[in-house]
Amino acid sequence: MNAPIDYLLHLADNALILGQRNAEWCGHGPILEEDIALSNNSLDLIGQARMLYQHAAELQGGGATEDTLAYFRDVPDFKNYTLCELPHMPLMSATAQGDRDFAMTIVRNFLYSSLMVLVWDQLQNSKDAQLAAIAAKSLKEVRYHLRHSRDWLVRMGDGTDASHAKAQAALDQLLPYTQEFWASSPHETAALANGTGIDMAALQNDWNQIVDEALQEATLKRPTEGGFVPTGKQGIHSEHLGFVLAEMQSLARAHPQATW
Amino acid sequence: MTTLTSQPTAADVARAWTLLDSLTDPEIPVVTLRELGILRDVRAGEAGLEVVITPTYSGCPAMGQIEDDVKGLLQAHGLQGRVVTQLAPAWTTDWMSEAAKDKLRAYGIAPPHACSSAGSGAANVVQFAARGAKPEVVNCPQCGSANTTETSHFGSTACKALYRCLACMEPFDYFKPY
Repeated sequence: MNAPIDYLLHLADNALILGQRNAEWCGHGPILEEDIALSNNSLDLIGQARMLYQHAAELQGGGATEDTLAYFRDVPDFKNYTLCELPHMPLMSATAQGDRDFAMTIVRNFLYSSLMVLVWDQLQNSKDAQLAAIAAKSLKEVRYHLRHSRDWLVRMGDGTDASHAKAQAALDQLLPYTQEFWASSPHETAALANGTGIDMAALQNDWNQIVDEALQEATLKRPTEGGFVPTGKQGIHSEHLGFVLAEMQSLARAHPQATW
Repeated sequence: MTTLTSQPTAADVARAWTLLDSLTDPEIPVVTLRELGILRDVRAGEAGLEVVITPTYSGCPAMGQIEDDVKGLLQAHGLQGRVVTQLAPAWTTDWMSEAAKDKLRAYGIAPPHACSSAGSGAANVVQFAARGAKPEVVNCPQCGSANTTETSHFGSTACKALYRCLACMEPFDYFKPY
């Protein structure tokens, strides 16, 4: 049994786009150890994306490769959560000019990793054997990502007045984007129906528990949700994804057959 | 002489095992791929030998080098083969032999503890070392002291964390359980 290609692309795009975002800290980390940590995190995410793209490309056929899927698709083809493509700077700042905010990075990684420990754990039982194998590996990695981001979340939230304010502001801005986790999409529904995917709504309680426990320890207040539910996984993105792709894809598109 | 199309003999397989047994990890040249559990199998395929390897971390950049090293070594000895990457069962540091752990220690890398990831989902992350709780003890590979502290969860390669010893003051790598 094979997972729907769009479902594999959804999982792969999440990992690739967040991996690309976190890699922006490479050489710019607030301290050397965090520079290395975020680069390691990116390496894991991009590695997961590669395995998923390779699997999707094989199912798709017609000359598709991991590289055509990563570098030669456009914004509406990408199926990542909007959360993954947001910049590191506060969302109301001028996007190209604002300073990166480490609190935004940490809160996003925390919210995403908290979800993916549950998702990869469940996907180990996918009827798509290759996806199950990828899930088993990814689970080991995302545990370290959760540990890292949760640790910082608590330190910042339960730290100084300034760090607390930054962590709370990041949480207020990013938490509403997680509503997309629980909204349905055609490829997730198809994957659930053929036994290769999982019921996302069933994970919500566990996710809430992980998040609320950490927020309590971090003395942060969970903002009320509601309002706009993002639609990135259906290909309708924020204005930010185009800039991510422009930077990520330009080299491959300028030299499409290049090898080194 | 083995040719491209011939089915490898049992002797070819045995020879390949002997050759590959000495192949070391490109990042940690004191341990072999077999000791690390990366080299899983060597078997006779339809059109040559098949060397089965399993990736460590998903994004480990050494995997490409390992594949090249395997191919290069076989080719240099007149054996034809291809590398098959197998994901399941997922690689774990628990496959590392005791001999390999001793070699790591002698090289200055604290070997991994037994993998604690048997639980499912977030189960064992949520109980991560809360402040004030006692984290797991990693002994210094230089002086053996248990008085060490973690500098960073992530180190020079995907598989290692940064530690320092508070007794001999030396920094060192810890091979993380995976």
